[in-house]
Amino acid sequence: MKENRKSGMTFIVKMITNIMIGFMIVFGGYIVLFGHITPGGGFPGGVMIALAYILVTLAYGRNIVERKVSGITASVVDDLGALTFWFIGIIGLCVGGEFLYNFLGKGKPFHIFSAGTIILNNIAITLKVGMSLYAIFLALAILGRVVTDKNERKDEQ
Amino acid sequence: METLLPLFVAIPIFSAILILLVGKWDKKIFPRIWSILTTLSLLVLLVLFWDKGTIIHEMSGWKPPYGIVLIKDSLSQLMLLIVNGVAFLTIVYSYSYILRYEDYLRFFSLFMLMLAGMNGVVLTGDLFNLYVFLEIASLASYALVGYGVGGEELEASFKYLILGVFASMLILFGVGMVYSVTGSLNMADIARFLISHPGNKAVLMASGLFIVGFGLKAGLVPFHAWLPDAHPSAPAPISAMLSGVLIKVLGIYSMIRVFYHVIGITPIISNTFLAIGCLSMIVGALMGFGQDDMKRLFAFSSISQMGFVMVGIGLGTPLGIIGALFHLLNHAGFKSLLFLSSGAIEGETGTRNLSELGGLREKMPVTSASSVVGSLSISGVPPFNGFWSKLIIILAAFQAGKIWVASLLVLTAFLTLSYYLKFQKNAIFGNIVEKVKGAREAPMPMVVPLVLFAVICLFVGVFNYTIISNIIIPAQQILMDRGGYILSIFGNI
Repeated sequence: MKENRKSGMTFIVKMITNIMIGFMIVFGGYIVLFGHITPGGGFPGGVMIALAYILVTLAYGRNIVERKVSGITASVVDDLGALTFWFIGIIGLCVGGEFLYNFLGKGKPFHIFSAGTIILNNIAITLKVGMSLYAIFLALAILGRVVTDKNERKDEQ
Repeated sequence: METLLPLFVAIPIFSAILILLVGKWDKKIFPRIWSILTTLSLLVLLVLFWDKGTIIHEMSGWKPPYGIVLIKDSLSQLMLLIVNGVAFLTIVYSYSYILRYEDYLRFFSLFMLMLAGMNGVVLTGDLFNLYVFLEIASLASYALVGYGVGGEELEASFKYLILGVFASMLILFGVGMVYSVTGSLNMADIARFLISHPGNKAVLMASGLFIVGFGLKAGLVPFHAWLPDAHPSAPAPISAMLSGVLIKVLGIYSMIRVFYHVIGITPIISNTFLAIGCLSMIVGALMGFGQDDMKRLFAFSSISQMGFVMVGIGLGTPLGIIGALFHLLNHAGFKSLLFLSSGAIEGETGTRNLSELGGLREKMPVTSASSVVGSLSISGVPPFNGFWSKLIIILAAFQAGKIWVASLLVLTAFLTLSYYLKFQKNAIFGNIVEKVKGAREAPMPMVVPLVLFAVICLFVGVFNYTIISNIIIPAQQILMDRGGYILSIFGNI
């Protein structure tokens, strides 16, 4: 916890983050899972989930959040999201003869398991968008790390 | 057959992701081999689709006015040949060229994304989808231009980014305007609507936006400011792709597809094309004269040659369009050859400045011979391919009664010959200078594409009649037949 106090923002911001983060991820997940029946979908849901991670990065500093999800994990998950979408399209091509053909049953309208592959596509887009936004943020935060390291060195001197 | 059509876009996108994913474990060999396999498979796919007539694929099973359609006709086939042919030879060349950079993964991954974007632009039958693919190809190319991450590269990339995004914004505005008028994004549906409701002012405004937007992507004067910086700064294979393919697909192809098939060509638009073409031709050639940097010279020459194409299209006669499309094909061959050979020369001598080069023909015989073939082709010396396409465009200008345009064309052809003679005299022939003394022939994977490009230039030049009657004339007929385009999508509904 000593490190926690040293890096990142003030105690107030950290407390608020602790409370908010769960709500953000749950709301993001809701937006994704109900994307095919209510306004929303993979992109906005993914952005919300990415924002939860970015909020933690801002409040606690880069090192803490990278212990949970590192840049490499983020980029691998991002690639897997894209691949999932691609495979859903190709399975449609193989089964129905058209790219992204809806090969699952349509289900009952206005229920969560309806609209066939759209919910799977939304989840794939969430992985792609969420993790790539987070990875972009980490990439931009490299400069921040360089500056912090310099300051720490100055403090030691 | 039509089932396989989306693979032209899907295969390179899959490769782009896979290269990044597998690249976490194998950074050096896999990306290079896999991208060669990818481009090869695209060529095989093209052979499968060759001369099969017009093929339509409804994405996800939605019927045309509602869903996105992919359409492969003779015009798309010509462009697919250019895109995938140049991409294959360029990727083979990159196998050795990439050794001078540390990061292989992102180069090949972005290259594949660019390829996917360009194949998508060529195949799509939906106006907004055209914009999306255009952005995919452009975004990948912005990053690739700055791949060397030196000061000059980043500056060129940033300039290209700003102007490119501005162009995309104008195109998006144009698409929005057309959508607000017609209520549809399907190209054939828009064309059908505009035929029955002619003379809409908003569509005229959108035409202006499209001319500026696509003109910026094509690097035509007066929208050319990004091109002479971006082409020299990019790695040589990317310069070859940018000049050989990207400006043609995103600029010229999109422009002719949108104006001939969707909005409909009018005398105002043809004359604008003609004026922009003449301006690009002359300004590009005159600016090319003063350049000392080899790649910058080629970049200005690209502007000038795109001017030739625009003049051919602006004439609007069948002969003019045949000449323009044939010149499009030829320019992809010789300009890619020249950019790739400049990369080989730079790799061996460490300089691109013509004043610091000389006598390469003794040290690098194969590279020199193929770049001489390239420069003879682009200057329009028979029997190479450039001669025939320029001849057709000049004949078309005379036939259309535009004597001034024809004389400008002849003048530019002469100017082109003279600045390529300068390139040959300074770099290839002459005495061996200090920097060239240590030069050796470039490695095999770099030389083979150069020789193949040179052979293609000669082959197309010698068998010009066969090429024109089998590839170019069907494309020209498709391009000038707006009703046929609409019927090919809505005919069986």
